[in-house]
Amino acid sequence: MLKMPEPDADVLARRKSIVADLRDIVPGEGVVDATSEMRAFETDALTAYRQMPLVVVLPETVEQVSRVLRYCHKNGIRVVPRGSGTSLSGGALPLADAVLLVMSRFNRVLDIDYANRAVVVQPGVTNLGITHAVQDEGFYYAPDPSSQIACSIGGNIAENSGGVHSLKYGLTTNNVLGLEVVLINGDKVRLGGKHLDSEGYDLLALMTGSEGLLGVVTEVTVRILQKPETARAALIGFPTSETAGQCVADIIAAGIIPGGMEMMDRPAIHAAEDFVHADYPLDVEALLIVELDGPEAEVDFLLAEVEALALRNGATTIRVSKSEEERATFWAGRKAAFPSVGRISPDYLCMDGTIPRKELPRVLAGMRELSEIHGLRVANVFHAGDGNLHPLILYDANKPGELAAAEAFGADILRLCVKVGGVLTGEHGVGVEKRELMPEMFNEIDLDQQMRVKCAFDEKHLLNPGKVFPQLRRCAELGRMHIHAGAMPFPDIPRF
Amino acid sequence: MTSGDPHLRPTTEDQVRDAVAWAAVEKTPLEIVGHGSKRAIGRPMQTAETLSLADLNGLTLYEPDELVLAAWAGTPLVEIEKVLAENNQRFEFEPMDYGPLLGEEPGRGTIGGMLAANLAGPRRLKAGAARDHVLGIRCVTGRGEIVKSGGRVVKNVTGYDLSKGLAGSWGTLAVLTEVTMKVLPRAQTEATSVLFGLTDSDATAAMSLAMGSSGEVASAAHLPESVKGRFIDGQLPRAATVLRLEGFGPSVDYRFERLAQLLAPFGPTERLDDAQSRQLWQEVRDVKPFADGTMRPVWRVSVAPMEGHALVAALRLKAGIDAFYDWQGGLVWLRMEAGADAVGLRQAIRAVGGGHATLVRAAPELRRSVDVFQPQPGPLAALSARLKAEFDPIGILNPGRMAALKAPEPA
Ligand SMILES: Cc1cc2nc3c(=O)[nH]c(=O)nc-3n(C[C@H](O)[C@H](O)[C@H](O)COP(=O)(O)OP(=O)(O)OC[C@H]3O[C@@H](n4cnc5c(N)ncnc54)[C@H](O)[C@@H]3O)c2cc1C
Ligand SMILES: Cc1cc2nc3c(=O)[nH]c(=O)nc-3n(C[C@H](O)[C@H](O)[C@H](O)COP(=O)(O)OP(=O)(O)OC[C@H]3O[C@@H](n4cnc5c(N)ncnc54)[C@H](O)[C@@H]3O)c2cc1C
Repeated sequence: MLKMPEPDADVLARRKSIVADLRDIVPGEGVVDATSEMRAFETDALTAYRQMPLVVVLPETVEQVSRVLRYCHKNGIRVVPRGSGTSLSGGALPLADAVLLVMSRFNRVLDIDYANRAVVVQPGVTNLGITHAVQDEGFYYAPDPSSQIACSIGGNIAENSGGVHSLKYGLTTNNVLGLEVVLINGDKVRLGGKHLDSEGYDLLALMTGSEGLLGVVTEVTVRILQKPETARAALIGFPTSETAGQCVADIIAAGIIPGGMEMMDRPAIHAAEDFVHADYPLDVEALLIVELDGPEAEVDFLLAEVEALALRNGATTIRVSKSEEERATFWAGRKAAFPSVGRISPDYLCMDGTIPRKELPRVLAGMRELSEIHGLRVANVFHAGDGNLHPLILYDANKPGELAAAEAFGADILRLCVKVGGVLTGEHGVGVEKRELMPEMFNEIDLDQQMRVKCAFDEKHLLNPGKVFPQLRRCAELGRMHIHAGAMPFPDIPRF
Repeated sequence: MTSGDPHLRPTTEDQVRDAVAWAAVEKTPLEIVGHGSKRAIGRPMQTAETLSLADLNGLTLYEPDELVLAAWAGTPLVEIEKVLAENNQRFEFEPMDYGPLLGEEPGRGTIGGMLAANLAGPRRLKAGAARDHVLGIRCVTGRGEIVKSGGRVVKNVTGYDLSKGLAGSWGTLAVLTEVTMKVLPRAQTEATSVLFGLTDSDATAAMSLAMGSSGEVASAAHLPESVKGRFIDGQLPRAATVLRLEGFGPSVDYRFERLAQLLAPFGPTERLDDAQSRQLWQEVRDVKPFADGTMRPVWRVSVAPMEGHALVAALRLKAGIDAFYDWQGGLVWLRMEAGADAVGLRQAIRAVGGGHATLVRAAPELRRSVDVFQPQPGPLAALSARLKAEFDPIGILNPGRMAALKAPEPA
């Protein structure tokens, strides 16, 4: 178990009066302090970690958020923001001495502006809720995490979530136009809006993916798109993961950017087939689902290209969807990959690293070796088009030592990702889960500079401490300059 | 500053660090330049030394199959774009060439300057800006430290996104030393669909309809009567509302037809084919009508797409202006016939729901006397100043370049 920041004994001791003060700000049912009722919030989707919060607050207005934060700021109380609690990296894990600020009552769609293709929502609206609000007019919101039915758009902002569509339509960060954010001191700032590229520092970019450490998102403006005219998918089986990987590279190199391109390895194919009976080929090592979307003429043309590339790479099965039902069937297995793996193993750990695509064969081979070393099985489903892997490590929490082994295995996989030029997390965030691995990617100077960004927003480290950074340093300490004072004048630097 | 000024011209990242560290110790403000092609933008500065990145150049990584390219910050864009073109690739965000508008030579500029200015051309609507395509950076902060962020892969949420955070920071937070970008295949072909003779407000409605369709329109601009003669060698007979379609041949043809049906209520649609279409959009990108060799003030205004024409109509009541629209009407290029009237312009922007105005061309006296960049409300300005101080505590990097950000007192 990772160590979380030492609870502040003084805050714990003041709990009663803090709860009373918060009740003044958020009346009615908005403050929850009974253990039985707080139980529902003690973990997010990284269920290996649990912690009761100091108190749960569910504000309803921006004014309340601002007052709660200002109160906490003034009184040195930590705050953990939470959306729907589907984070897989423990981003919304409570702290014993912190207010858990749950944004779920911010659930209204505020403005649908088709002419400007912009929708303004409160942060608690679910990802899919945005699409539901606009689909009658043929529009949708493109980023589509698999958790889209449950996860909140505020959580998406905090995690910079992506999904199958990200390859072609970008991540959250590419689809957000504006935010309203309340800072820990209670200040309210607006970033962006329905217009593009505001000047000034790109705080929108810094907020997106900041994992609840920089501010609380209270309003979101996103771009919506018109649904493509058609979508068709090809299901392609390969004898080896190398050939499948090469096919992915060839498709991209041919200038084709599919709406989605997903891969599954043998264990994942078998688990999915057993569960949903999608009629997947079982004699292949890798299965690729390539979806083309757009005008019909284009989709037909490109599917033929994809088929040719697949054949050239030795594909043993190629099926192209002829109806919406068939397309849905192709996807059914992929979409159910996690639960179907859940059926063949009591527990699994879902990892999330990104690698340069060409390293895929090497990383898959590395994973097989690690699987033997750690004595645990691994199934792979991934966003092949952008190199984002989701190895599922199978383990049994009831067997002593297996969780630790699974975590060690996961860490080794992520180290391997970094080694081949990739990164520790592609979409699930660092949270508590990958906190200790940050030095694999960044040196101390890099991390200090990131923490200085934190200092600009939250000098006292009150917002979601213990997440993302392996160690917290006081801002005053980070502010000191240690310059190796080169006496003038850089003899080596040319001047003209 | 004039060309006779001393320039520090480091050739390695370590030298960049040494130069900045020295400046920090000496509390000597530095002007950061690539090619200096945009020195005429932003507020004029008083700096003692100039740090030029022009000699820190060369590609450090290019893997066409992986759609990734990295280069030292001073690498000329023309060189990069040439290498990309040889591989049938491009920067999808199509950044403009400010040279002509500012009365300078075209074709200058570095990749570091490109990201520092976060420009984007007409394809912004569909493809995003430079910020949306940066994957990673290396830089030297005002503390004289080398810092890296991001990486070379598209999906990455490891730590704060400092790479995007430095986009558009105009060299006031850190000196970029290496930039890694996503690149994309060049479209096989393109065509432009043209509607003639629409009023600004009808054009706005037509562009909105087109962009809200499934026709995958890549760019939408409106070129009113007053500017139409200055595009594609005067071949546009009347005000033109132009929509760009890109992609594989059959797809472009099909979408052109569908769009023509959709837009029929606005009149018949004509077609510009590949070469002419490319010329037109480059001219829109580089603001050709106002590249007139004068220093008459030019504003770059970003508002919600449906509001651009209303803004222009309101401004016309008060002053002599000329205007045309990119980004579905949301990017308004304004040339003022007389003064810059920053106050009036910004009031008008507030009245249409908010946005931003940047004075991109004006005589130096004027640039000194108005807010070149959009002033920010108090809490946002305070936050920006705190961020500046965390990167550049002594305030030595391009002090005063972004007006809203006062350099902090020396620590
Ligand atoms: C089955 C499953 C599949 C998933 N698939 C994907 C996927 O395909 N792609 C993907 O990217 N992710 C995926 N996820 C992860 C998760 O759903 C996303 O990260 C999601 O964005 C989290 O949203 P949430 O509302 O549940 O946030 P929470 O879990 O409540 O919080 C996540 C983080 O956001 C912060 N936060 C929440 N709301 C706010 C706010 N209003 N202001 C500031 N900070 C806030 C929290 O402090 C925390 O750090 C999946 C999760 C599950 C369980
Ligand atoms: C073919 C062609 C393509 C072009 N493509 C682009 C393009 O892709 N994008 C684009 O924006 N323009 C483009 N231009 C236009 C113009 O040349 C650019 O704006 C140019 O990139 C600016 O670079 P510069 O080095 O001249 O910037 P400068 O005018 O020197 O600097 C611009 C700003 O960036 C800062 N800056 C410069 N270098 C750095 C650095 N290394 N680190 C931190 N801050 C820095 C400066 O301080 C200043 O605030 C293009 C021009 C041509 C001819």
